[in-house]
Amino acid sequence: MSDITIHGQEGSVITQATGHDAHHEHHHHEESFISKYVFSQDHKMIAKQFLITGMIWAIIGGLFSVLFRLQLGYPEMTFPFLEDVFGKWARGGRITDNFYYALVTMHGTILVFFVLTAGLSGTFANLLIPLQIGARDMASPFLNMLSYWFFFGASIVMFSSLFVQTGPAAGGWTIYPPLSALGQASEGSKIGMDLWLVSMALFIVSSLLGGLNYISTILNMRTKGMAMTRMPLTMWAIFFTAVLGVLSFPVLLSGAILLLFDRNLGTSFYLSDIVVKGEILPNEGGSAILFQHLFWFLGHPEVYIILLPAMGMVSEVLSVNSRKPIFGYLAMIGSLFAITALAFLVWAHHMFVTGLNPFLGAFFVLLTLLIAVPSAIKVFNWLTTLWRGNLRFTPAMMFAIGFVSLFISGGLTGIFLGNSTLDIHLHDTYFVVAHFHIVMGVASFFGMFAGVYHWFPKLYGRYLNNTMAYIHFWVTLVGAYLIFWPMHYQGFAGVPRRYADFSNWESFKQFGELNRFISTVAMIVFAVQLLMVFNFFYSIFKGRKVRTQNPWGANTLEWTTPINPGHGNWPGEVPEVHRWPYDYGKDGREFIPQTEPVGENESKH
Amino acid sequence: MSGYLILAILALAFLVVFQIAKASEYVAVLKGEETTFRQNNRINAFLFLAFLVLGLAAAWWCNDLFYDRTLLGKPAASEHGEKIDFMLWITIIITGLVFLLTQILLFWFAFKYQYTEKRKSFYFPHNNKLELLWTVVPAIFLTVLVGFGLYYWFGITGEAPKDAQVVEITGKQFNWMMRYPGKDGVLGRKNYRLTDASNGNALGVDWEDGASHDDLEATEMHLVVNKPVQLVINAQDVIHDVGLVHFRMKMDAVPGIPTTIWFTPKYTTTEMKKITGNKDFVYEISCDQMCGTGHYSMKGLVIVETQEEYNAWLAGKKPQYVTLMEQKATPATPAALPADSSTAKPMAQLTK
Repeated sequence: MSDITIHGQEGSVITQATGHDAHHEHHHHEESFISKYVFSQDHKMIAKQFLITGMIWAIIGGLFSVLFRLQLGYPEMTFPFLEDVFGKWARGGRITDNFYYALVTMHGTILVFFVLTAGLSGTFANLLIPLQIGARDMASPFLNMLSYWFFFGASIVMFSSLFVQTGPAAGGWTIYPPLSALGQASEGSKIGMDLWLVSMALFIVSSLLGGLNYISTILNMRTKGMAMTRMPLTMWAIFFTAVLGVLSFPVLLSGAILLLFDRNLGTSFYLSDIVVKGEILPNEGGSAILFQHLFWFLGHPEVYIILLPAMGMVSEVLSVNSRKPIFGYLAMIGSLFAITALAFLVWAHHMFVTGLNPFLGAFFVLLTLLIAVPSAIKVFNWLTTLWRGNLRFTPAMMFAIGFVSLFISGGLTGIFLGNSTLDIHLHDTYFVVAHFHIVMGVASFFGMFAGVYHWFPKLYGRYLNNTMAYIHFWVTLVGAYLIFWPMHYQGFAGVPRRYADFSNWESFKQFGELNRFISTVAMIVFAVQLLMVFNFFYSIFKGRKVRTQNPWGANTLEWTTPINPGHGNWPGEVPEVHRWPYDYGKDGREFIPQTEPVGENESKH
Repeated sequence: MSGYLILAILALAFLVVFQIAKASEYVAVLKGEETTFRQNNRINAFLFLAFLVLGLAAAWWCNDLFYDRTLLGKPAASEHGEKIDFMLWITIIITGLVFLLTQILLFWFAFKYQYTEKRKSFYFPHNNKLELLWTVVPAIFLTVLVGFGLYYWFGITGEAPKDAQVVEITGKQFNWMMRYPGKDGVLGRKNYRLTDASNGNALGVDWEDGASHDDLEATEMHLVVNKPVQLVINAQDVIHDVGLVHFRMKMDAVPGIPTTIWFTPKYTTTEMKKITGNKDFVYEISCDQMCGTGHYSMKGLVIVETQEEYNAWLAGKKPQYVTLMEQKATPATPAALPADSSTAKPMAQLTK
């Protein structure tokens, strides 16, 4: 069998060793602007819609963190421009307490759900599933389109909540009732909270439509020869992510709807024995803790919904740029599966100090710390993938290495918090803030960046600017550690999170300069993210053009499509797959694409 | 004005970076992509190594700067706290070693195995022995951590000793209220529907229950050193959390569901002033669960003292029931209810 012939010219058609000639010219029907860019059913366009919407949200969510860091870092200073922009929310140039909590809440909600769930899964599941398993599109392109537009609707509702008179939700992204249920208890629990819940309901619909589509596409639409065990790890990761989402998001929906009932219909699911601002409420028999169970039954899997796609992409990028197979492919799938299964069984570790039965708590300690085992397997497998490789530091590769470093740092602190004994001390302190920002915030962002830099050529047929990418990487990596590493020390001092001001506390006021330092670094890191956004949009139009079909020398199927694939992805027949995706450096060859049949004399692995 | 200046500087910086980035792309084309790739690869490989070395140095420096401001080097003020601190150190050591090992390997590999034309990557798809090794070893370490953790966890969350002093603490936006059971050692029954702060019943105590008649109400928590105390924790409006950072204890206050913790204070407030070297030291109760706009200002005080000091404090307190009865007897002076003074300040905060 001969090698695959790959023509470097743009728009050229691949000729397969399997003998499919290019006579299957794709039927080009004229598409209107609306059907191509707005209500598109092409998975690649939907991926771009998710990505760009996610980026807009990331800028908003990131900006909010800069704003509340202004308050934390410079509590004595006033910033008159804030009053110009936010009016009564920043009277006298100082962020009001209520606005501070609104910013914190929106920052969390936006980044967890709109950026790292929709922006990350939505983008890369849509882009990569059909391309990497060899399908023309998703199982249901129409539902896929609806999935984006429900997300868009959720975005509009959430965005509108920023403009209501009493402000957006302000009870933390976990919106624990009774605080979130009682308008009397907080400004942010008035109409802003209803909008939050409605937005989240729409978001969950979007997520379910997407998730069901991802699962059915991966299970049913793989090309000939693409056994499940020949799928790239990105596919496995996205598959498990979708399973997590489909099984856990409905529970959050039920929690949110019961909360809407409590707020508006006088029910008492979460309310009992409440006197608020001197007013005695009639509700009896509800349980505030019930909501926490419902919330964290999604909330914890959500962490892995955010993290798994990043893990998948990092595995792929590390392997491609080490020019080496991913080490322990089956163990990687097994550990993804173990993490997925355990993700459902650990939610109550967020609730060790709610009065949970200590005996029950013990099981959650055990199951939580069990997750460290598959996580350790993944880390050591990534390290072994690098070992004796031939590493090319493309921007994607650097972000992948950064991901591993951050995942280690943030994962290890999870061992502190998952242990209920230590959680008594560290619960809701800055230690928690440091932990989850590193492990699911920054690490997942790094996975996402790795994905954007790696697949940008596939998205737009151009490269991102490397110099800006390197600046972006180094400032973000160094900045992330400078921001979050010292927060562990604040945690060891017991400094509680979600405090707008520490000056009245004898126990917590000793970190003034540190807070100022962290705020300053946060601003710099934010500015560099804007540089990345600029690079992104500039490169869409002016980036260096991709001239070879397979710029990274990768094995997976997406690089067998034309440089700018049309709707349907392959102009001819969908290629057949003959091997796993990680034959790098085998038998002296740098890489062997999945489409190449196994040779007679090829060594086994 | 300075705002515009900062914006202008930022815009300028962006422009400069962009121009450099653009120029470097042209240079890359001139020099040949291969050469540029190799140069960049070398620089970034070196930077990874530099990041490792400087990062570890910075971590050391950070520890130097902040260690003394944490509670790590200071004794816990309760026996539970000592166990938690011990557990914390075990975990810090184990995870610290893993952290060093893996981060050093990661960045060292990045540097060592950077691209060269000479090397072919080693085809190494799997190795069962290695994979078994790093499944089993972490599992063993985690078993140790779980074992220690649960042993202490059950000790800390177990039954309070019989002789423990009971104190009730109730959170509401945004302050704490304490209640002591009085001579009979029993807290009187409560019914939230009876809550009426303006008439001296901020806690909703049911005066029909005789056990409530000797209950004392207070705004600060007085505890006796070396005597176990059990806190009965309530909330009136939203979820709060009794955070006792020096005792290393924490428990949510949930409306409708009373919770409890117990611990034994080891040092009086005066002793802690000496131990910490801070003459302003106080045991603070922080609210550790987001409870609304004034969350960060929801502070309570604990005063740990000797039995004699405690007795003297107790002698000066009058049961709330008695106060109310006296009030009824002399309705001419409605002002200055003791319970009212406890709520007046926080209410002022509320309307701020």
